[in-house]
Amino acid sequence: MSAIKTIRASNDFVIKFANVNGSGSASANELFARAIMNMGVPVAPRNIFPSNIQGMPTWYEMRVSAAGWLGRRGGCDLMVAMNPQTWDRDIAELSSGGYLVYDSTKTLPRSRFREDITVLGVPLTEICNREYTDPRQRQLFKNIMYVGALTALLDMDLTVVDKLIADQYRGKDKLIDANVNALKLGYEYAKASHSCPIGLRIERCDGVGDRIFINGNDACGLGAVYGGATVAAWYPITPSTSVIEAFSGYCRKFRTDPDNGKARYAVVQAEDELASIGMVIGAAWNGARAFTATSGPGISLMQEFFGLAYFAEVPVVVFNVQRGGPSTGMPTRTQQSDLIACAYASHGDTRHVLLFPQDPYECFTFGAQAFDLADRLQTPVFVLLDLDIGMNDRLCQPFDWDDQRRYDRGKVMSAEELEAGKNFGRYLDVDGDGIAWRTIPGTHPSKGAFFSRGTTRNAYAKYSEAGTDYIYNMERLRRKFETAKKLLPAPVLQRAAQPARYGAIYYGSTSPAMAEASVLLALQGFHVDTLRVRSFPFADEVIDFIYAHDGVFVVEQNESGQLRMLLINEGEVDPKRLLRVLHYDGTPITASFISGKIAEALALRKVKVASLTTPTRKKVAS
Amino acid sequence: MTYLAKPRLLRPDTPRNTLGYTRRDYEGAISTLCAGCGHDSISAAVVQACYDLDIEPHRVAKLSGIGCSSKTPDYFLGNSHGFNTTHGRMPSVLTGAALANRDLIYLGVSGDGDSASIGIGQFAHAMRRGVNMTYLVENNGVYGLTKGQFSATADKGSKSKRGVVNNETPIDLVALALQLGASYVARSFSGDKEQLIPLIKGALRHLGPSFIDVISPCVTFNNHAGSTKSYDYVREHNDAVNRLDFILPRDRINASYPPGSLRRIVQHDGSILHLRKLDSDYDPSDRIGAMNHLQERHALGEIVTGLLYVDSSAEDLHRHLNTVEKPLNQLGDAYLCPGSKVLEALNASLRRS
Repeated sequence: MSAIKTIRASNDFVIKFANVNGSGSASANELFARAIMNMGVPVAPRNIFPSNIQGMPTWYEMRVSAAGWLGRRGGCDLMVAMNPQTWDRDIAELSSGGYLVYDSTKTLPRSRFREDITVLGVPLTEICNREYTDPRQRQLFKNIMYVGALTALLDMDLTVVDKLIADQYRGKDKLIDANVNALKLGYEYAKASHSCPIGLRIERCDGVGDRIFINGNDACGLGAVYGGATVAAWYPITPSTSVIEAFSGYCRKFRTDPDNGKARYAVVQAEDELASIGMVIGAAWNGARAFTATSGPGISLMQEFFGLAYFAEVPVVVFNVQRGGPSTGMPTRTQQSDLIACAYASHGDTRHVLLFPQDPYECFTFGAQAFDLADRLQTPVFVLLDLDIGMNDRLCQPFDWDDQRRYDRGKVMSAEELEAGKNFGRYLDVDGDGIAWRTIPGTHPSKGAFFSRGTTRNAYAKYSEAGTDYIYNMERLRRKFETAKKLLPAPVLQRAAQPARYGAIYYGSTSPAMAEASVLLALQGFHVDTLRVRSFPFADEVIDFIYAHDGVFVVEQNESGQLRMLLINEGEVDPKRLLRVLHYDGTPITASFISGKIAEALALRKVKVASLTTPTRKKVAS
Repeated sequence: MTYLAKPRLLRPDTPRNTLGYTRRDYEGAISTLCAGCGHDSISAAVVQACYDLDIEPHRVAKLSGIGCSSKTPDYFLGNSHGFNTTHGRMPSVLTGAALANRDLIYLGVSGDGDSASIGIGQFAHAMRRGVNMTYLVENNGVYGLTKGQFSATADKGSKSKRGVVNNETPIDLVALALQLGASYVARSFSGDKEQLIPLIKGALRHLGPSFIDVISPCVTFNNHAGSTKSYDYVREHNDAVNRLDFILPRDRINASYPPGSLRRIVQHDGSILHLRKLDSDYDPSDRIGAMNHLQERHALGEIVTGLLYVDSSAEDLHRHLNTVEKPLNQLGDAYLCPGSKVLEALNASLRRS
């Protein structure tokens, strides 16, 4: 035991909590993450949970990074092992020199531990059984007690945690006292029984700045409120359910009429995803801003309706919080594997507008903007996030809103314009941008009514099977798609410090890992330009970026390289130019994975390493 | 069907309703259905009902699914917006439309295949959700557009034109609607406009989900001997529970009906339904009684028509959701967007403390 080389780090390590779901651990773990953040230290927590309510293993992983890296790091420096079911794998996962905190009430044989880790026992059950009589309290307070122990072990400020508990249970003084008491019991035990602090420490710093801490689903719900959505129809599905819960919650707060308590919104839980998208289409057809939130299986069910919305040109917004597919797949794991299913959703020739937010800030911004885009383009707009962004709290820039901004309702012909004799053809391209004018039902007693349908029609919405009418319409839809390119969020280019022959394209939740990977690669002497794609159809710059490099890595979290496929198809790019970097085991992609794959590929291609002198440079260049 | 458009010229003495509209203002495109199709009679009944009720045509939104019946909204109310949606999914689209604007009148038109086969789920949930709508099923027990397959309302033992016998139990949408919470439930026959028009009028003025199953024989695929939805069969087996007279509040005429045989029902908007009873012990306010009556008559091989059930104090989805009176699609930016100050406060609550 004496020869352990312990990990020593300040504000830069990974803590993992292994719990049993339904045991009340989630709120204690979250509280602990907030305590770290409140000490000014950037932290990125990730909940790794099962598709189950009670009794299955669940983990909460927390990356602490003074440098501000919010992507998953991988590995574990401190394990809080609270689940006997997963004990062996949890112990195995711990890095050599790491620390193990566990409930030492029951003595375990030495063989259950490892020689190269520091074992820190806290008899949680024993203390709880001594202090509490209520079986529920005996269970629940174990969680807050290990938070107390960690506070001591990591040299954290106990008052920070005290204050968080006080905020959380404001108005319920009994609960505050009970929790603070449990916290102190854990804290004091650790102080008395272990040498505190251990090699890992949280030190106050100013790495958080004015950033906010929120998850992407909440931000999407808020974005829908700010974007003017009034109708939400949905069917519960992990991991998107909380988008609607957030929308409802913010609406209750901000959209309840102060005079009579009535709702300026309607939320309906439908019988299935078909009905939810149907309701959204009906509401949007009738002039309300409407949306649904779903995940992969819901997207599959909605396919026919997406075709209707596309062809009848109804402005709907769909938040797709992606999870692992295909089929039921990995319902509680993350992936970016619905791109193709959304980009060309439904039978026949369809194509849809997609937005790829990278974090909660963009979930909010794109979430609101999606409604303007849908109205302007009169077509479905998909906001594609994933479980990693959607369900985990993430530090991001604060939300902003310009009060001068007005909703862009697009080309809606008014009763006055109809009365003045303006030519109305529902599918007539009068402006050359592929977008025709529409009218909202009930506008005018005798002008502007039309019959919407999924069947082919002429420019005046009359049923027509004439080939010329069909082609006119399809060409107009193609023009509309071209118009869309100019309205969508532009890609974000990050040039390498030195001229680079290779580039990398990525999107969405890959963002923090990619940013970190670029730095890791540069340290090895590999310089790669990066381009973050934020929307589909792709801006011309995306295709230009590909042609400006000898090769471009397409980094994404799915098995088949779906963004790559879209780039090849839409940009008519030679597939050889696009190199796959694919991560799809259901965990969020890491910087070391990306940099490892790219470095390996560049080494194989004998890419000359630029002037940086690093040990790896020599190895790679020789 | 006909290819001849009717002339648009009107005679000076053409009757007009109190809004000044003629019947023609409620008509639509020329029907493309088969000559003699029961569905066209239903379209005509809708036109007459809207004309009689002085409904401004653009205040109606008409929605349908897919099938012969679902084509018909093109053939009436040409000045109303219409939406021919996907097969079996009209109820959800209508629900969404109704959420967006509570001020319009929603008319859903569907068929037996559209509602009882592919769309039975959405049919059921729209009824139980309390959507304020008139839901018409033009029921012929057969798939017309795909040339004569049975739908889920085809009676057990009935024969298709090709001689195939249906062995599956039929779904009775009226029985389902009663059970699922529709607050106005009726059945009629496309060939009986005297009964059908007042039933549609009552439904249009009813607050809550109104359902009318209209038996509408398919002249091409389901009007032969052996069919239980042919003109002849329905006329022979029709058992009307009541005759409905629909009276707007301004009318106050009921002297032509002998007192004692009338049942007066005041709807939420003040309009009055007068039920002239044919069956002396029939009570349309009794949901369970209606269900029993339906089943008893069905066992005798009879098709009960008329207004089977009405709850004049029903509520609708908007009431349940407590939405504002002003239609959601007309709320301006200021009513919807909480603005930058609220966002600033929210940011503050999400920062480190």
